[in-house]
Amino acid sequence: MSSRIALATAARVLRQLRRDRRTLALVLVVPPALLTLFKYVFAGQEQTFDRVGGPLVGIFPFISMFLVTSIAMLRERTTGTLERLMSMPLAKLDLLLGYALAFALVAAVQASVTAAIAFGPLGLDTEGAIWLVILLAVANALLGMALGLFLSAFASTEFQAVQFMPAFVLPQILLAGLIVPRERMARVLELVSDVLPLTYAYNALERATADEVGAHLAFDVAVVCGAILLALVLGATTLRRRTA
Amino acid sequence: MMNSTDVTVRIDNLHVRRGGKVVLPGISLGVRRGLVTGLLGPSGSGKTTLMRAIVGVQILEAGEVSVLGRAAGAPELRRRVAYVTQAPSVYGDLTVRENLGYFARIVGAPAGRVEDAIATVNLGGHTDQVVRTLSGGERSRVSLATALLGQPELLVLDEPTVGLDPVLRRELWETFHLLASGGTTLLVSSHVMDEAERCDELVLMRDGRIVVVASPEALLRKTGARDLEQAFLALAEAS
Repeated sequence: MSSRIALATAARVLRQLRRDRRTLALVLVVPPALLTLFKYVFAGQEQTFDRVGGPLVGIFPFISMFLVTSIAMLRERTTGTLERLMSMPLAKLDLLLGYALAFALVAAVQASVTAAIAFGPLGLDTEGAIWLVILLAVANALLGMALGLFLSAFASTEFQAVQFMPAFVLPQILLAGLIVPRERMARVLELVSDVLPLTYAYNALERATADEVGAHLAFDVAVVCGAILLALVLGATTLRRRTA
Repeated sequence: MMNSTDVTVRIDNLHVRRGGKVVLPGISLGVRRGLVTGLLGPSGSGKTTLMRAIVGVQILEAGEVSVLGRAAGAPELRRRVAYVTQAPSVYGDLTVRENLGYFARIVGAPAGRVEDAIATVNLGGHTDQVVRTLSGGERSRVSLATALLGQPELLVLDEPTVGLDPVLRRELWETFHLLASGGTTLLVSSHVMDEAERCDELVLMRDGRIVVVASPEALLRKTGARDLEQAFLALAEAS
C-alpha cells in the first residue's frame, strides 16, 4: 500500500468528476431540490418534515455515491483501465482508498449544501448537531460507494448497473423505518430490516437529529462501519489480477 | 541452445482455455532478451491470450510461464513488465497529460518522463486534449505512451500500430529498436506483414499453435520464398 498512489487515485477520480460538470451539478442540486419538494408535499404536517428531513440529508449521499461508484467502477472494468491498473504496482487497497477519499470529500460537500438549505431556507428544525448529521452522511456515502463497487462486478452493462439502484437501494430505504417505523411493519419485514445496513444508518441519523447521543448511536455507527468494511473486502475480491 | 540469461520469457507446455474453448493447447516458447520479437498470426490464433499469459493476467489451465526468472504475474514483475492491450485502456475523460501523470505516479516515474513519453508517441500537440476527443490512433498512442513511463525490462504490445500513419509507424518501430538496443525485450503482435520484416525474431501462430520461430532472414532462406508473406503461406499450408 502507498499513500502516494491512493492520493493520486483520489485526485484522478475527482478530476474525472470535475470534467463531468452535469453529474456534479446533479449530485449537488438534486438532494436539496428533493428535500424542498418533500417539505411542500407534507405542507401542514411540519412534524413529518422535521422527523424525516434530517435523516434524509444523510441518506442522499448513500444513493448518489452508490450510483456514481457503480458506474465509474463498471467503466474501469469495461474499458480495460482496471486490468491495466491490476497489472501495475498498485495495491488493491490503494484503489479502494483513492475512491473512498474522493467520494467522502464529494459527500461532505453534498451533505453540507443539502444541510445548509434544509436548516436554512426550508426551516428544518431538529434537536441534534448538524455536524454530526454531515459526518454520518459521509459514512453513508462510503457505505454506498463500497456497495456500488462490489455490485459493479455483477453488471456487464451500464443499464444493469443503474437497475441495481431500485433493486438494492430502494428496498433498504423502504425497510429502514423512514416511511413506516420498523416496529409497525410485519415481523418478517422487521427481521429482514435487521440485517440491512441502511437500517442502522437511518437509526443513527434519527438518533443524531433527535440529539440522542449515546451507546445506541455508537452501536448503530459501529454496525455501519462494519458494513462498509465488509463491503470493501467483498469489493476487493472482485478486483482480480488474473481473469479467464 | 539459449541459456537462461538470454531469455526474458520462458513458456513451457502452456494450456489455456477461454470461455470453455481451448485457445492454447500446450505450447512452449522462449523470448530472447534485448530483441524485438514479432508475434504474427491471423485473428483468433491465440496471440492475445499468449500475451496475457506472459503478463500474468490470464488464468492458466496448465503449464509454466516464467518472466525475468519469476513466475509470470509475480508482484515484483508489475514494475518490470508493461503491457499495452489492443483496445486503448486509458481514461477517456482525462487529458493526455492527466492520464500519463496518474500512471507515472503509480509506477513512481519522475515527472519529466511524462513529457518524454508524449514526445515518443508524437502527441505533443495534444497534451492538454481530453482523450475521448482524440482519434482512435491517437488514443492507442496514449495507451502506448503509458507503457513507456516506467522503463520496463519487458514490453508486451498487442497490435500497437493499428490505424497509424506509415511515417509514425516507422518512427515507432525505430523507437522499439532503440529500446531493444538498450536491453529492453519487446514482444509485439501484428498481422501486417511489412512489420514482420522489422522484427529481429518472428513467432508465427495458427490455431493456438506455434508454426515457426525464426528470424526473417532465416525464414526466407528456409522456405526459399520471395517475401515473408509467401514464406508464411508456404508454412501455413505445410502445417
